[in-house]
Amino acid sequence: MNHLPQAWGRPRDDVYGAYDNSHFQSAGPNQHTQSPIVTGTSVVAAKFKGGVVIAADNLASYGSLARFTDVKRLRKFNDNVVVGFGGDVSDMQYLDRLLNSLDIRENYSSVDDPLNAKNLHTYLAKVMYKRRSDFNPLWNHLLIAGLDGEAKPFLASADLLGTTFSSPTLATGFGAHLAQPILRRTIPDEDSVQNVSQDDAVKLVKECMKVLFYRDARSMDKYSIAIITKEGVDLVDGVKLENQSWAFAEQIRGYGTQTV
Amino acid sequence: MAGFDFSNHNRNAALHAQGVPLPKATSTGTTIVGCLFDGGVVIAADTRATSGPIVADKNCEKLHYIAPQIWCAGAGTAADTEFTTAIISSNLELHSLSTGRKPRVVTCMTLLKQHLFRYQGHIGAYLVVAGVDPTGCHLFTVHAHGSTDKLPYVTMGSGSLAAMSVFETQWKRNMARDDAVKLCADAIQAGIWNDLGSGSNVDVAVITEEKTTLMRNHITPNVRVPKQRNYRFEKGTTAVLNEKVITREEVSKYVTVHELQDDSVTATAETMDVDS
Amino acid sequence: MAAIFSGAPPQSGPGYSFTQTPKAVPSGERQHGFYPYTDNGGSTLGISGADFTILAGDTRSTSGYNINTRYAPKLFKIGGEGPDNKGARIVLSVVGFAADGDALKERLDTIVKMYKYQHGKPMSVTACAQRLSHILYNKRFFPYYVHAILGGLDEEGKGALYSYDPVGSYEREQCRAAGAASSLIMPFLDNQVNFKNMYMPGSGTGHELKAKEAGPLPQDHVEDLVRDAFTSAVERHIEVGDGLQMMIINREGIHETYTALKRD
Repeated sequence: MNHLPQAWGRPRDDVYGAYDNSHFQSAGPNQHTQSPIVTGTSVVAAKFKGGVVIAADNLASYGSLARFTDVKRLRKFNDNVVVGFGGDVSDMQYLDRLLNSLDIRENYSSVDDPLNAKNLHTYLAKVMYKRRSDFNPLWNHLLIAGLDGEAKPFLASADLLGTTFSSPTLATGFGAHLAQPILRRTIPDEDSVQNVSQDDAVKLVKECMKVLFYRDARSMDKYSIAIITKEGVDLVDGVKLENQSWAFAEQIRGYGTQTV
Repeated sequence: MAGFDFSNHNRNAALHAQGVPLPKATSTGTTIVGCLFDGGVVIAADTRATSGPIVADKNCEKLHYIAPQIWCAGAGTAADTEFTTAIISSNLELHSLSTGRKPRVVTCMTLLKQHLFRYQGHIGAYLVVAGVDPTGCHLFTVHAHGSTDKLPYVTMGSGSLAAMSVFETQWKRNMARDDAVKLCADAIQAGIWNDLGSGSNVDVAVITEEKTTLMRNHITPNVRVPKQRNYRFEKGTTAVLNEKVITREEVSKYVTVHELQDDSVTATAETMDVDS
Repeated sequence: MAAIFSGAPPQSGPGYSFTQTPKAVPSGERQHGFYPYTDNGGSTLGISGADFTILAGDTRSTSGYNINTRYAPKLFKIGGEGPDNKGARIVLSVVGFAADGDALKERLDTIVKMYKYQHGKPMSVTACAQRLSHILYNKRFFPYYVHAILGGLDEEGKGALYSYDPVGSYEREQCRAAGAASSLIMPFLDNQVNFKNMYMPGSGTGHELKAKEAGPLPQDHVEDLVRDAFTSAVERHIEVGDGLQMMIINREGIHETYTALKRD
C-alpha cells in the first residue's frame, strides 16, 4: 500500500487506468465572478439635530486613472431620502435605474405616504443580499440618508454582501478609516446628535472631504453634498474644496539625510 | 558568526508546503505617531499588543530607547521592533564612544534603513524615529523595506489613518510643547477608539535639547471595571491525590521567605501596571 | 538539504500510483473571485435557569480592524405582534456573518408569526427550536454563516436554551457561548455554571472527594456572571466591546437591558 495519505482510497492507475481529468477543462460555463472596474471612492454622512448630511466626490476612477471627473454619486430618491454610492459605477447606474422604476411604481400606486429612508434602506439591503446570494453581487457600498417614518434622522449602510448597519455617522471605503474617526469625535453616539446643528454637521463633513482629498489617492477636490431635513432635500453638485492647507510642504527637504 | 541562523529554512519550507501553518508572532497592531514642535519633538504610542484577534499585552511599551536624546516608536512584529532598535542602539553607542560625539538622528535613521533594506522586508519593523542632536530636532519614519520619510508629523501602524485624521485637521506649524503633546495624545486616542489593533493607554515621550521626558501611561482611559462577583475558590476546591509538605525551614535553605502581614491579602510577585 | 525533498510526489496531489495528475486549473482564467461571506465579530452567550433564560450579546459590529457601528443588536425577539414583537416569548441570538443573521432572524420571525395566525396559539420553544434547525439545514450547501442560540421557556415553564451550528445541528443546553470570544467565555461558564473541575472542600480524600454538583442558578447570580464574562472578554478580545445587550425571558415576558462596555 502507498504510505502517502493523499493516495489512500483513490483508484490506482495500474488497476483502473489513468484518471480522466477532462472535466477539469475550462469549456464549462463560467459565471458571475467579477471585480469592480470603474469605481467611486468614499461616501461620508452624519446625522444632526433634525436631519442628515451626506457627501461624495465627483470622481470615477478606472484603476489608478482618474477617468471621469463629473460623476454624481449622490442620488435624491424623493424629498425624504438621498442614496450615496461607493464602488462600481456601472452597478450604481443599474441601481439608479432600479430606483427610477421603483419611484414610478410608487407614484402610480394609490398609497399616499411616500417611501421613507428606512423603507428604501430595507429595499436596497434586500436587493444587495439577493444578488450576493446569487453569486452575482452589485459591487457597491451604499449609504442611505434621510428621514424615517417618524420624520427622525435616519442613516444606514448596505454593502455588496448585504451587510447592514446604522450609526450616527457613517463613511464607506477609505472614509471608514480616515473620516469616521473625525466624525466620531464630535458625534460619538446617538445622544450627541441632539447637540449638533446643521451648520456644525455640514462643516464637519466638509472637513472630512478635505482630509480625504489630502490622503486618498483615488479622490478629487470636487464633490456633491446633500442635506436632508423636514424641509426637503438640498443637493448641490460640483462643490469645490475650500481652505486647503499645504503650509507644511514648503519646509520639506528630501526624505532622509538631505538638507537642501 | 554574526547574523541569523537559516539552518531550519528547508525543514520549515517543507512543513509549510504540507500545510503546517507558520507560528504566529506577537504583533503590535498599533497606532504610533510623532510630531515636531518649537524646540523639540514628541512621539507617542498606544499600549496594546495583539496575537490575531487576542490581546496579548494590555500595557506593552512601544517607545524604545536608542540614545538618551533619540527614541523610537515601533509598529509591526513585536520581536523585530525590539531587536532592531536594540541592535541599532548598541551600534550607535559604540559609534558615539569611538567618535566622542553625541549620536545624530540621521545616523540612527541611516543605520536602521540599511539594516532593514538588507533583509528585504522580512524584518517586520515599522518605526518612527525622533530625536534632538547638535544639528537640531528630527523626525523620521522607517518602513520594513528600508524606505524613509522626513515630515513634520507622521503616523504608522494599523491606526495610522485614524491618527493622521487628527493631524490633518488640527496640526499647525511652530506649536508649543504642551500643544504638541496634546495633539499626539489625541492622535493616539483616535487609534485607540477607532482601530481594533490599538487600545489601552497612551505613552508619550518628549525630547528637547535639554532632556527627554518619558511619560509612560500619560493617559489611561481604559481601566478595567471591577467584577460583579468574587471568583476566589474556597480552599480544597481542587482535587488533590497526593500531598507533600515542605516546611518553611527547608525552603529557607534555597530562597528568602517573607512573612505576609495580612492573611487575607494574596501575595503577588509583580503587579501589572493596569491593575488598580 | 533540498535534495531530500525533491524525490517526493507533489504534496497536494495524488501519490506514486498516478501517472496523470490533473494539470489544468478548474476554470479557464483565474479571476478575482467573489467570497459571499464576512465575519462581523462579536460574541453572544445564553444561560438557562429554573424559571428564566438569559441571552446576551455585545453590540459591536466589525469588519477587519474597523468598527462598523458601536450599536448593532445581535439579540432578536421572535414572534409576538407587529414589527416590535409585542408579547414575544422567544429570543434568537445570532453571531457571525450579520447579513445571514438578519436573514435568518427574519425568516424565523415570519414563520413563528404565521404559526400563530394559522393555529391560533403561539409556537412552543421546542417546536421553534426544531424549525430553526430545519431552516439552517435547508441551506446545507450554502449555509447561513452564523452561530445561533435560541432561548425561551418550555411547556413546563422551565428555562429552555438551544444552541446551533451553522448547518443546523442543535442541542438543548444549560449554557452556551458563541462567536469571537466563545473560546474565552465557554471555559468560564463550564466552571461557574456547571462547576467543572470543582470539588466540595472536605467531602472526602483522594478519589472519594465529591464533585460540586451543578444545579439551576438564581437570576441575579446569572446576570452577574454574564456581565463578568463580557467585561473579561472585552479585555482580551479586540472584536468584543462597546455595549452589552441582555434579554431575560421569564413568566412576565422579555426584559431587555443595555450596559456600556469599553470602546477601545
